[in-house]
Amino acid sequence: MSGAEKIQVKVTEITPLNELVTRFRFERVDGGQLPTFSGGAHTVVEMQDGGITRLNPYSLMSDPFEQSSYTISVRRDDQGRGGSLFMHRQVKLGDEMTISYPVNLFSLDLRARKHLFLAGGIGITPFLAQIKQLDVLHGQWELHYACRNQALASYADELAERHPHETHIYYDDQKQAIDLKGLLNGQPLGTHVYVCGPKGMIDWVCNTAQAQGWPADCIHYEEFLAPQPGKPFEVHLKASGKTVYVGEHESLLEAIEREGVDAPYLCRGGACGQCETVVLDHEGNFVHRDHWLTDEEKAAGKKIMPCVSRFEGKSLVLDR
Amino acid sequence: MTIQFNDESFRDDYTFRNSEWAIKRFPFPFHEDSYMYSVNMEQHRGGPEGSVYEKRFDVDEHYVSEMKDRAIVLDQDPLRCQSLPHMTLAGWDLLELIMVSKSEDYPDLFELHRNGNQWRWINKPLGIDHSFTFMDETTLPYGPMEYITRQAQGDYAVLDQRDDMLWMDAGMVTTQADWSLDFDIGMNFFEWHAPVPLAHEMGVFQRALKFLLNIQQGAPARRLNWTMTVNPLLDTSPENYSKWGIQKTTLTPENIGRKQHLRVELQTFFRLPRSNALVFPIRCYLCAFEDLMTVPKWGRRLHRVVRDLPVELATYKGFINNRPLMLEYLSQFDDGLPTSPGVWPDLETEPPLTK
Amino acid sequence: MSKFEFPKSIASRPVWGTLEFRSGEHHLMIAEAEGAEAVLDIATPDLMAKTHIIYIPRGTDYADKLRALTPAQFYEGPSYGAALPRIRRVLEDAHMGLQVYLTGTEGMMGQAMNEAMAVGLPHTAIQTEHRGSTARRMQCVHCKGITEDVEVDPFVCSHCGLNLFVRDHYSRRHAAYQGVRVDAEDHGNVPEPKGIYE
Repeated sequence: MSGAEKIQVKVTEITPLNELVTRFRFERVDGGQLPTFSGGAHTVVEMQDGGITRLNPYSLMSDPFEQSSYTISVRRDDQGRGGSLFMHRQVKLGDEMTISYPVNLFSLDLRARKHLFLAGGIGITPFLAQIKQLDVLHGQWELHYACRNQALASYADELAERHPHETHIYYDDQKQAIDLKGLLNGQPLGTHVYVCGPKGMIDWVCNTAQAQGWPADCIHYEEFLAPQPGKPFEVHLKASGKTVYVGEHESLLEAIEREGVDAPYLCRGGACGQCETVVLDHEGNFVHRDHWLTDEEKAAGKKIMPCVSRFEGKSLVLDR
Repeated sequence: MTIQFNDESFRDDYTFRNSEWAIKRFPFPFHEDSYMYSVNMEQHRGGPEGSVYEKRFDVDEHYVSEMKDRAIVLDQDPLRCQSLPHMTLAGWDLLELIMVSKSEDYPDLFELHRNGNQWRWINKPLGIDHSFTFMDETTLPYGPMEYITRQAQGDYAVLDQRDDMLWMDAGMVTTQADWSLDFDIGMNFFEWHAPVPLAHEMGVFQRALKFLLNIQQGAPARRLNWTMTVNPLLDTSPENYSKWGIQKTTLTPENIGRKQHLRVELQTFFRLPRSNALVFPIRCYLCAFEDLMTVPKWGRRLHRVVRDLPVELATYKGFINNRPLMLEYLSQFDDGLPTSPGVWPDLETEPPLTK
Repeated sequence: MSKFEFPKSIASRPVWGTLEFRSGEHHLMIAEAEGAEAVLDIATPDLMAKTHIIYIPRGTDYADKLRALTPAQFYEGPSYGAALPRIRRVLEDAHMGLQVYLTGTEGMMGQAMNEAMAVGLPHTAIQTEHRGSTARRMQCVHCKGITEDVEVDPFVCSHCGLNLFVRDHYSRRHAAYQGVRVDAEDHGNVPEPKGIYE
């Protein structure tokens, strides 16, 4: 079996927060307790969308030590392949769903003397759980949260109210911006910086910190990639002897699973490395989109991450 | 079943003995007639009834005496149990894992009553009935990891996971195969395994690390490891090697069957939920050669494994000097017949010794 | 002066590097004895304007040359122990972006690395370059005592008196290699000591 352990849950609360973001609350179908987790963990939510099974990762934002329910916040992506649209439009109160055990690819470095959080938009969600965890551990932290405008600033008010000294909110439409250089320069030795948000923000923070002499081990980021649509292509799976057609709106991993071939996975967002698959032969070009393979590996064309990457060309043979 | 706990010693007069029940369930580590390193991992979700794999944390007839031995070691050298400051949360995770598992798996021996953070823990074999506040260190006599591992057989390495690496940042280590927690604490996965020969070149540790980093909550794993120990000595630590090393030279053809022990580690791996750390319980089982020889299949196989083991491994495992004496003894129990695959004793189906 | 080439060894044995400039607002360089030469090798006026040099001569005389670099701060201390309170004070107040450079013996680099790690700098971010003596700082695994400047194998533990052989297994936390009783299985049979790298 692939992926993390599964839990059967029912939807016990659906709370629209603003025009784009809705919060979902899950409780176990059997009434039991959910596992505790560590701040920054995500769960993979299974969606039965017509004939397609979608598996999307969402950061757990509830108190990690609270076992009666989990909550996630989903931002509607009108351009995406439909996972967030399914959550927004199809999921109803009382629905039963399958989610995975928590998996953490963005955990706190508990040695840090201070945690510096930088969030952009919906990237706030993992920090909500981490902040609750640090409350219990009496950790030192500071949050800088950039939002488009006040109306879309999910959880900004409650953070500012509960943690007035630690929380700093920036509104794009008011021309407020994080003074990143100054912020990074002033941090005491032993500070770790964490960033979650759009790709541009992640790159900006990582590059600036590195240029200012921050050690790589003190810089942490999480960006889940959603699989992007692309041209259809064919793939031959040598170990299972099957040829699979990958449609425009499904990922290579989803197509492999549709044919009943068991393939390992965990995050389904190009970050964890679990689905790494050996390329036996190919004629054409890879569309590598993951964060896992190195640039050299991507250029070598011997490996592919089927959760987010695609292929364009004549033939592709995988060892699966 | 209700376990009868032995009153025995793992030092000085060495009164440790395995009952017939304990011999039959001994985790014999060789699934074929030869041995080489491998990443021999499998899921840890139960096993045959009565086997050491059945429960999450196996409790056997040696429990009470092993805990007494641990207390002696810690009394003499408190550095055998250490936890770096950032590992306290992992300690609470471990305490919860062991208390919940033992109370569910052995309800006649252990009870856990929880009301929010107010917990009551009853350990009948050790006579403990203790109420405390979960996550409040001031309500325990030791740190959470030390408190619970003074009540659980086996060593415990608690590993922090950072930067795609595992770090040995806490542990309770009193029954180890010759490695020092005090020296190794803070090392990464490759560093603390550095003294192991051959395996690095074979890529064993790279593969093992990749597997371990991906162990998820609710999906523990296990493997076996083994070495040899003269006398049923649990504390084969480097710290005390200056004292016990000499015991290796006391073997004779007359006493080897009783004195020489196969030492097997059942290593399990659990992801800890709140800390995202990994705990690595290393449970040590000892069995005298003469007891192993009561299982004909194990007698044949152990001879062949010891005979064919590469010199580097026999040296690393510390029995290169005693190997000729061991082979002289073991060869008496090898009649050359084939053995059935797998680790189980197969007493009903394997032929008796024919020489 | 040529650098000593340490033989290839096990994964726990530290691999010392070669100092190089890295960007950052502040730079702390700790040089012991011949380590001063490694500092001289990478010094530029721009770098020195942001650098605090701590120099422990141990019989060498590089002070004038180092001073001539006109670093932002210069300190010469008679021993590592004497310099330690100053090193701690500098690290305690430092901000992220500080670059730490250590050069000299393995014992000094290991101990100073621990100080930087204690305030939260990852060991992977600390630059090192070995210069000078190849003597080792050894921990006796039996009594836990540290013996400094060990040049031969086996050697006598300066605390408990056992004869110990010199392992390549190294602990960052102790800043020391491991010493284990050489005659544990044959009391009194102690081989003739020879140089560690002979």
